[in-house]
Amino acid sequence: MTELPEIWSYLREGPLLWLTATLVAYLIGDAAYRLSRDNPLVNPVLVAMLLLAALLWVTSTPYGTYFEGAQFVHFMLGPATVALAGPLYSNLHHMRRTLIPMAGALLVGSGTAILSALWIADAMGVGGATLASLAPKSTTAPVAIGIAEQLGGLPTLTATLVILTGIIGAVVVTPLMNALRITDWRARGFAVGTAAHGIGTARAFQVNQTAGAFAGIGMGFNALLTALIAPYVLALFQ
Amino acid sequence: MILNIAVILGFQLAGEVIARALALPVPGPVIGMALLLGAFLLRPALAERVLPTARGVLQHLSLLFVPAGVGVISHAEALGQSGPALLLALVASTVLALAAGALTFVALARLTGNDGEDSA
Repeated sequence: MTELPEIWSYLREGPLLWLTATLVAYLIGDAAYRLSRDNPLVNPVLVAMLLLAALLWVTSTPYGTYFEGAQFVHFMLGPATVALAGPLYSNLHHMRRTLIPMAGALLVGSGTAILSALWIADAMGVGGATLASLAPKSTTAPVAIGIAEQLGGLPTLTATLVILTGIIGAVVVTPLMNALRITDWRARGFAVGTAAHGIGTARAFQVNQTAGAFAGIGMGFNALLTALIAPYVLALFQ
Repeated sequence: MILNIAVILGFQLAGEVIARALALPVPGPVIGMALLLGAFLLRPALAERVLPTARGVLQHLSLLFVPAGVGVISHAEALGQSGPALLLALVASTVLALAAGALTFVALARLTGNDGEDSA
């Protein structure tokens, strides 16, 4: 019979354990979300992240080892982006009629995200490369990292700020929109896609298909707009 | 099912090739999405086929962010001394951007006579 520590040391090096752990952690997060009666604070991504980070810490497993298994889930982000064509196609009739509201919300939402983040951080004494890393935080991670590199930011820090922005957006969007009495799913979705990229879009799909489709458009256009305007907004603070 | 997955992966592949060949600043999957949308418009029968698979993939979109999210927690020290200032900037700017974006959308939808009463 093989000793337990040997089995463990075999498993912790392979992808099977960490892939399974990722799915189970997400299932626990999803169950917790439903048990809380859909409380947005109990975000499944946030719960799963915290559980897995705790597990890695307790077992002193390096993130790189974990990612060997989790990369199969991570890989699906690309196909999922392509699959957004589905809800876009289904909602096309809504979109033709809302070109002006979308264009306005994109400019105002994207501009507010960059300007207010830089203004607050600058006022609190943040500067240089850290400020440059903050500018693209509302765009989807691969685009944000590209923009940050052009601006002289730090890619790892940008990735962290992007993910945190997504989680903050996903957690606050429902209570905030309810407080503002905004009931239009198109507006709610578009705003969260613009401000909080893919994680906000995932949250929108959790609530409503139309909101999800509009969030996908907001995310896509904001990636383009931020690449265009971030250098100029950042120049205001340097 | 397999055909649908092959279609989605094929469009992603095409997007990656185009993005790299033309050195575009847009990620390959985003180009793949635009191409697939174009293909749906040209051939609605393809949309009928692929839509259920697309919906299935997107239903658990949140799950796909978990691996990157674990990296963020494991690298929390990347925030450094500016951590509190950055967190405040993220929370405040996200709330402001959400509110400003949604309010602008609603105001312009009303102005253009399209306030969504029929589509809610």
